[in-house]
Amino acid sequence: MKMKTLAAMALAGAMAAGPAMAELVIPDLSYRTGPYAAGGTPFSDGYQDYFNLLNARDGGIGGESVRIIECETGYNTEKGVECYEATKGEGALIYQPLSTGITYQLIPKATADGIPMHTMGYGRTSAANGEVFNWVFNYPANYWDAASVAVNYLLDENGGDLSGKTIALVYHNSAYGKEPIRTLEELSAKHGFTLTQLAVDHPGQEQKSQWLQIRRERPDYVLMWGWGVMNQVAVQEAANIGFPMENFIGNWWAGAEHDVTPAGMAANGYKSLNMNRVVDYPVLGEIKALVHDAGNAAGDGSNLGSVLYVRGMYAAMLAAEAIANAQEIHGVTAVTPAMVRDGMEALDITAARMAELGMDGIGPEFAVSCENHGGSGQGLVQQWNAADGIWVPLTDFIAPDDGVIDPLIAEDSAAFAAESNITPGCL
Amino acid sequence: MFYREAGDFKTSYEADSQTFPIAFDRWRYWAILAVAYLVIPFVINDYWASALLVPFLIYAIASIGLNILVGYCGQVSLGTGGFMAVGAYACYKLMTSFPDVSIVVHVLLAGGITAMVGTAFGLPSLRIKGFYLAVATLAAQFFLVWLFNKVAWFYNYSASGQINAPERFVFGVPVTGANTSAPAQYLVCLVFLTFCALLARNLTRGTVGRSWMAIRDMDIAAEIIGVNPLKAKLTAFAVSSFFIGIAGALFFSVYLGAVEVGEAFGIQKSFLVLFMVIIGGLGSIFGSFAGAAFLVILPVALKVVGVDLLGWPTDLVAHLQLVIVGGLIMFFLIKEPHGLAQLWRLAKEKLRLWPFPY
Repeated sequence: MKMKTLAAMALAGAMAAGPAMAELVIPDLSYRTGPYAAGGTPFSDGYQDYFNLLNARDGGIGGESVRIIECETGYNTEKGVECYEATKGEGALIYQPLSTGITYQLIPKATADGIPMHTMGYGRTSAANGEVFNWVFNYPANYWDAASVAVNYLLDENGGDLSGKTIALVYHNSAYGKEPIRTLEELSAKHGFTLTQLAVDHPGQEQKSQWLQIRRERPDYVLMWGWGVMNQVAVQEAANIGFPMENFIGNWWAGAEHDVTPAGMAANGYKSLNMNRVVDYPVLGEIKALVHDAGNAAGDGSNLGSVLYVRGMYAAMLAAEAIANAQEIHGVTAVTPAMVRDGMEALDITAARMAELGMDGIGPEFAVSCENHGGSGQGLVQQWNAADGIWVPLTDFIAPDDGVIDPLIAEDSAAFAAESNITPGCL
Repeated sequence: MFYREAGDFKTSYEADSQTFPIAFDRWRYWAILAVAYLVIPFVINDYWASALLVPFLIYAIASIGLNILVGYCGQVSLGTGGFMAVGAYACYKLMTSFPDVSIVVHVLLAGGITAMVGTAFGLPSLRIKGFYLAVATLAAQFFLVWLFNKVAWFYNYSASGQINAPERFVFGVPVTGANTSAPAQYLVCLVFLTFCALLARNLTRGTVGRSWMAIRDMDIAAEIIGVNPLKAKLTAFAVSSFFIGIAGALFFSVYLGAVEVGEAFGIQKSFLVLFMVIIGGLGSIFGSFAGAAFLVILPVALKVVGVDLLGWPTDLVAHLQLVIVGGLIMFFLIKEPHGLAQLWRLAKEKLRLWPFPY
């Protein structure tokens, strides 16, 4: 019991020492440790650096400075809940946990507390139905979009016909990895390809048997829903069995530099989806000059411009735009979480605005509405060039097959609404 | 001076064989219960509940369960995570199949189902012991996690394989789901912990507990003096799994609200609870509490000190946390192999003689 009193005193001290709530508080539930740190670190760096850039260049958003509270989750749901509870009292405006498991945990909590969540390209796909998930947003795209974009790309490659082909799905055996299965099953029925499912258990270092099966069955294409250390192991294993890399497509969480560099030249030609184009944007130069050179870089500053860094920065940009929107709608600068939610729901990202922000063409154009929290759902396909060490965008943004996805979203969100006694409607 | 048996006259057999023979211990016990039931619910907030107290209460139930098996009956088990998963999934299936039945009944039934599963996996203990039994229970751990991942019926065919706790009420107050208040969450776990701890304490003081300890100390000798090893070992597995099942059900329904079996109930959970039992003290109910408190509160306290007070980078603190917790585990095992409970026992011995030690 003595231990508890000590901890209590330490906690009370920490809470009393917290500064007053006069600024815009953005929690960053990051993970820089554990088997998923390779992905969590650059995302968090990009996320924080962009807000630091806004602070340094514009004095925050609408004149209010941004305060970031970082909390390490280690991709662990228990720590994620602890981080949420520790930060929500500080006036947190928006949560981005970068973990599907933590998202599932936080959806009911954040909804009850009235704090918006933005789960960009991860989390619960059916949150795209804003009438059921009032406080959860997953624009610009979700997992089912990713599955459909990948299949549409393959359709394009094969002259519009996938019948008789086999596609193997190598997935992380968790909520994250299982999300696309239902969509892929629907698509396989629609387009006549055979779908093989190969689960890889957390953390994903052991994949020999899965790739042995791929070697035996020789599928035409392999899709991968991987994250963390699983990706680099998969790319290495694919290289080991001599699977043609150009027929191996990862989703947008399985296509960063650190996933392919360990396999060296053998990874050349590996493809992945991406929800944002990665080129040398002017805004990266500003971050370098105003944040990194001023010594305020998040992390060690080595990730500037990498795939997941750009995605973290993109997420921060969308959050900042939503906050600016909220300030405009409500006419106050010190916005509340509920106002930020309104700002997110009225978000309209145009090509002109992206160019103005120094990130021309970083993502698709999309507008959010009460009914649609999911954005346009577009994604592009990029390919790894091992010799130059860069990801080369192969296509422009590809649209998903909404005819397949929309009924699935309606079905899954209706099930959630029934289960948790929600009457769908706009706030 | 005040902590001693002298002067406390027992006039009945009940008084003579009560749990706390020293008057001061009895007052302390009632004082802790009073604080836990009458003070904390009024001051608790969401952070305290979710970060410290609710996990502490739930892990305390789990470590009491494991302590019965490992500490009292001497059967090493690495299947705790798997058995917690059985409790969680049983609770989920019951909650969604019979929404009108009280959640309290569901949690108890989930404990009962886990007891059956635990007994089935305890059968090998009749033939094998020590490390070999640990490996057999390890198989249970992996099998159960695989099962809940593989068979979609367990998660009601949801797209993601996640299970979500629907809202359920006790006396009209929500205790699961998003609208649960911190005191409700805390009190429901506290009631279960009190019930489990009283049950465990009294079981271990009676015939059943003595037969477990006889088996632990020397199984052949116990068999010769008439202890039935089949009965003793299987009851230990059943009772232990009952508690662990309750802990798993509460962990899912009250604490987290949504779980994914591989992440929440993996092998690391088995080790965590085993560490709690070892650090707290094998064969001690108090030790289960102390071990759970140590391993739940220490990481949070380190984080608060490192990140919030000293302002260090979060990744550095997370890594230091592993180093410090690991170091402390080693330190305790070397300095006090019988765990925190032994330190407590020594302190009480000293207190008896204070202020005139000889």
